[in-house]
Amino acid sequence: MTAATAPTHHIAPTISLGTRLAGFSHLLRLAWRRDRILIPSSVLGLVVLSVGSAQATLALYPTDEAASTGLAGVLANPSVVALYGPIAAQNADALAVFKTVMMGAFLTAVLGFVVVRRHTRTEEDAGRLELLGAGVVGRWSALAAAVTLGTIAVVAASVLSGLGLAALGMDPIGSVAFAVSWLAAGLAMVGVAAVVVQLASTTRGAAGLGFGFLGAMYALRAVADSADPGTLAHGLGWLSPLGWSGRVEAYGANRTWLLVLGVLTLVVGVAAAVVVLNRRDLGAGVIPARNGPRRARRLLAGPLTLVTRLARGTILGWTLGMILMGVVVGSLLGSVNDMVSDPAISDLLEKLGGSTGSVVNVYVATEIHFVAAAVAAAGIALVLRIVGAERSGLGEVVLSTPTSRARWFGAHVVLPVVLATGLMALTGAVVGLIGPEVTPEAPSLGASISATLAALPAIWVLIGVAAALAGALPRFAPLSWGVLLVTFMLTELGRMTALPSWVLDLSPFTHISPLPSGSFEVVSAGVLTLVALALIVGGLLAYRLRDVT
Amino acid sequence: MPDVISVSGLHKSFGRTTALDGLDLSVREGEVHGFLGPNGSGKSTTIRILLGLLRADRGFAAVLGRDPWHDATDLHRQLAYVPGDVVLWPSLSGGEVIDLLGRLRGGIDEHRRRRLVERFELDETKKGKAYSKGNRQKVALVAALASGAPLLVLDEPTAGLDPLMEEVFQSELTALKAEGRSVLLSSHILSEVERACDRVSIVRAGRIVDSGSLAELRHLTRTRVRAVLTTAPTLQEVHSWRGLHDTVVDDTELRCSVEADHLGELVAALGNRGVASLTCQPPTLEELFLARYQAQPDAGGAPPSRSTQEQPV
Repeated sequence: MTAATAPTHHIAPTISLGTRLAGFSHLLRLAWRRDRILIPSSVLGLVVLSVGSAQATLALYPTDEAASTGLAGVLANPSVVALYGPIAAQNADALAVFKTVMMGAFLTAVLGFVVVRRHTRTEEDAGRLELLGAGVVGRWSALAAAVTLGTIAVVAASVLSGLGLAALGMDPIGSVAFAVSWLAAGLAMVGVAAVVVQLASTTRGAAGLGFGFLGAMYALRAVADSADPGTLAHGLGWLSPLGWSGRVEAYGANRTWLLVLGVLTLVVGVAAAVVVLNRRDLGAGVIPARNGPRRARRLLAGPLTLVTRLARGTILGWTLGMILMGVVVGSLLGSVNDMVSDPAISDLLEKLGGSTGSVVNVYVATEIHFVAAAVAAAGIALVLRIVGAERSGLGEVVLSTPTSRARWFGAHVVLPVVLATGLMALTGAVVGLIGPEVTPEAPSLGASISATLAALPAIWVLIGVAAALAGALPRFAPLSWGVLLVTFMLTELGRMTALPSWVLDLSPFTHISPLPSGSFEVVSAGVLTLVALALIVGGLLAYRLRDVT
Repeated sequence: MPDVISVSGLHKSFGRTTALDGLDLSVREGEVHGFLGPNGSGKSTTIRILLGLLRADRGFAAVLGRDPWHDATDLHRQLAYVPGDVVLWPSLSGGEVIDLLGRLRGGIDEHRRRRLVERFELDETKKGKAYSKGNRQKVALVAALASGAPLLVLDEPTAGLDPLMEEVFQSELTALKAEGRSVLLSSHILSEVERACDRVSIVRAGRIVDSGSLAELRHLTRTRVRAVLTTAPTLQEVHSWRGLHDTVVDDTELRCSVEADHLGELVAALGNRGVASLTCQPPTLEELFLARYQAQPDAGGAPPSRSTQEQPV
């Protein structure tokens, strides 16, 4: 039995590239077929984000002179720079893309990562790659197909956005630089994704590593961009792909050569991934899946604690997000007066927020609408988990125990209602703590919290819509997202256009009391609360009467 | 003794598809009842109605003497269920799921839980996502078996288990029976049913085509007979023997299948004529089920001639 001692674990170096990539084109086509909605719609969303926001900003600040008045307020605020990165130059074009360079680079990187993960670790985790791997498919084919498709998605979003900006009449070289700012981060993240999906052994593990990396890179560049140029802290920004995006300085210095860094990271990442891939088993990773506790905590004993436990990460994420939002809004209050020295803009803000009074208060009222929409989205997502559970079969598992449908349904409504209340209070508190530090005009802590809490009835209505759909027509439950979008747009854009007031009144956002400077409208809040209650109760009744499949 | 599950004339349609078409089922207290049928025959729909997840269009259903739709919550205190395709929460460990389900059912027998985890060799620390199909099934089985519920509803519980674990399941089933608990066991594995079940019901196209103990079911089916006679029988003679099917006469050899009621007559008649050799073969379980699965609802479970010709006697 000497043969048994022969080393068999090395990949024979004679295997040709063609063998290792066998089936590549089939896998690429399969991946494209599965992503033919996801990728085009994400790319379109990113293009609309960059071009739409640039167009809107150019309408407000059409000239370089108008732009530099707007810039003064923005640049004075370190928290804005930390959030969005530095502004490239004092001109209208640079201001037009000021917000979307960093936000878009981040989202493009997310897109690249998600596409790569979907066709590698997710497939492997689900066992589908094993099915394919048993056919004539090379060891590198899945990775190659995923990286190719991820690269295509990133390139499409970046290049089309650059073209769109140039089509608006913005500086062509600057538009190329803008595309590069997204490409550098996106391509780098595709390379990082290739490695991450080899290291982690589960889809969730890969998500944790990938998004953790992206978050760390964002934080690194936030610190670096806030620091003075020439310091060590500022120099650290070169380590972050998102730092590169800002340092391209589109419509300013236009450092298009930074694309090299993105491409280089992609190449190194793929090479490293191949090295790991050659050494590991199918289905395994370098980092093993983390185990859980042997026994459940005492608290995990009912539907509400179960739903809360399952949403733990989501709740934490929203909490951190709303604190960040509060910090930004609160610290911006100091520069609101500079930003809206133009009477046309303060008029616009008044329309958006539906509120009058001091500019600072009007600004707070406007931002509360956006905060409320975000919190409503968090609530809707939690309500819709009951539909997801029904689809996966987990609802059946719970409902076959002595858990009544009312308690199971109730848990999916109580958690979002409580979370929404907590998030609104938290955001109000952060704004109320930071605002008065930067300007005496800012609302006090109490006034700020009351103002955010006053928006709750509108949020409850949207949670109610999701609950009614989940209870009665689970197939149509995702329409809740459409209701959120349409009602929000109706109020925010409707006030600027000549829509009849009864149309505007259909949206719960229209009835949010215009605090902090206006008065609390008890009737509106009461009616919204009753509508929310009716929707929730209606959903529950329907849920108790229908088949749970 | 009252029936723990009593169903009659159950109808259920999903849109234009009829899932149940007048299904009857009775499970007696303390018995393990096999619930058999091809895929899509209505087993899982029946179970979901018994759990109060679906509402029957027509017909009567009672579980432990109560209406499964109206009294679902109370009923579930006395019932444990293992779904056919076990899904677990990806972020919860197996141990957490067992504890959670136990607590939702109103408590768990710690001693029994520990013993079952050991017997099924379950790693409780793995998370839902990391388990194989068999291990997910073990989690659900441990949770159900560790509950003190007097009625267990198990939907193909051993489909993902290896033979060793199936053996453990069988012995646990025997232990349940000894405790006087009742089990509705939907299964495709005939040996499992033969070993564990007191009675079986065979469902086809939303109706029960046969129900009873295995001995009773066997009785309804024909026995295959192959006889070599001392002299060749005449055709007239063969026709005079009652209850014969698929008869083939080849010189002195007679091959046929005979209805259970006429087996004695035939053996006596053959004996009178003089037999050189005689083999009688009762239907195998597989044949029994194949016959019921394939038969038309009105054919009364007669085995099709195809199966008798294919099988060498």
